[in-house]
Amino acid sequence: MTPISVTGLSVHYRDRPALLDINWSAQPGLTAIIGPNGAGKSTLLKAMLGLVPSEGETRFFGSTLEAARDRLGYLPQRQSVDWDFPATALDVVAMARRARSGWWGRLPRAEREAARHALSEVGLAELADRPIGELSGGQQQRVFLARALAQNAELLLMDEPLAAVDAATERTIIDVLKRLAKAGRSVVAVHHDLASVPQIFEHALLLNGRVIAAGPVAQVFTPATIADTYGPGLAA
Amino acid sequence: MIGHNTIVVVLGCAALGIAAGAVGCFALLRGRALLADAMGHAALPGVVLAAMLGAALGWDTRSLPPLLLGGALAGLAGLWCVQRLTATGRIRQDAAIALVLASFYAAGVVGLSIAQAWPAASQAGLSRFILGQAAAMRAEDAWAAGALAALCLVTTLALFPRLAALCFDPEFAQLSGLNIRATDHALLGLVLMVCVAGLPAVGLVLVVALLVLPAATARLLTARLPSMFALSCVAGGAAGTLGALISAGHAGWPTGAAVVLTGTCLFTAAMLARRG
Repeated sequence: MTPISVTGLSVHYRDRPALLDINWSAQPGLTAIIGPNGAGKSTLLKAMLGLVPSEGETRFFGSTLEAARDRLGYLPQRQSVDWDFPATALDVVAMARRARSGWWGRLPRAEREAARHALSEVGLAELADRPIGELSGGQQQRVFLARALAQNAELLLMDEPLAAVDAATERTIIDVLKRLAKAGRSVVAVHHDLASVPQIFEHALLLNGRVIAAGPVAQVFTPATIADTYGPGLAA
Repeated sequence: MIGHNTIVVVLGCAALGIAAGAVGCFALLRGRALLADAMGHAALPGVVLAAMLGAALGWDTRSLPPLLLGGALAGLAGLWCVQRLTATGRIRQDAAIALVLASFYAAGVVGLSIAQAWPAASQAGLSRFILGQAAAMRAEDAWAAGALAALCLVTTLALFPRLAALCFDPEFAQLSGLNIRATDHALLGLVLMVCVAGLPAVGLVLVVALLVLPAATARLLTARLPSMFALSCVAGGAAGTLGALISAGHAGWPTGAAVVLTGTCLFTAAMLARRG
């Protein structure tokens, strides 16, 4: 079943188009969304998830966002929240379990344990009770990854999971991505480092306000399409 | 000598402080302090209009509930204006808040001087709503304010997980199935209720401090939300109680100022404790 299919999706900020008539289907496995700054990569993720207003239609596993909500996970950009918020790493990851436990009362112990398990998967078991403001940038990124894992989703949408992280965090995140793929989960990630695309991802979407190319990395990740996406000069 | 009326008023102020501490936690984390200030100031013309309407209809203008209802409606109108102004995209929220706060307050002050010249309306003692005068509260007023405060506290506790998710990461919460708009409106409603409940005792000029000071004090002392919430309630309750007692002891001191200065002392102590 196709994890995502997008038909005629457009986004306008004020009168300026950010994305124009996107038609795209994500295949199972690991997919990178690449393109220059301002190409609309994050906007595409948010539009598909209904976080910014858009025209067109997005289907997840053939159904609407509302119906597929429990099968989706999301990892936003780290800078999208205030890390001085009074919470521990475990508190943040535990928020992912609210979707199934409901919004009344205390979080059941089993749900909190599931959150703790997700933290151990990203190597942060010992830092579970540390305030998030005291974590390094890479550790904060792993907390967000753990929160996405705790959603136990079939499809994860990630916004620059590897941006500005230390080497240890990068290794952890790539390991987790590969484990997810092996377990039959799909990941669609906005990615900025062209060099590592073929090592990590199986599919790519080259984006610059519109779809430049999409498909298996071996076929679509070519000097010609990269030049089309970024303009001449980068493809060499 | 502390009379029955004073005890009831002090208890009312304590309940108000606890509720302000509870709601203030989330108002602070969501960055709503200035909006609270605007709503507090915007309430004045509503209170004045309610008193004039009451006088025209021959009601007891000293009765608190109609005045507070008028204040709440005007506060809502102020909030609506801020949102309409920012929706234009030409005026940023800080400017919209300043504009609404000043305009509504100015309208309230003019209304006040009109109402003052009208004996039936002037009996409402409207000027006490500006700086707060707990000593002028009757026992039933304190009960009304206390009941409103208790309602705020219970609602905040019930919505705790929702409010926490909203304040930390609204987009993620929305994807988890939380109705962000409704939760945000509920938080603004709670802030408005605290502002309105605080009008007679603390006054509209200073009621925002009652929302901010306990929460900021608690935030200095802890890095977890449940303990911040508890500490904020305690600090708010302490400021309300002590401020009301001090104001009652020195009858000339406006209660709002006494409550806020007590809260400021607690905040300063927390700052020093953090350094030490």
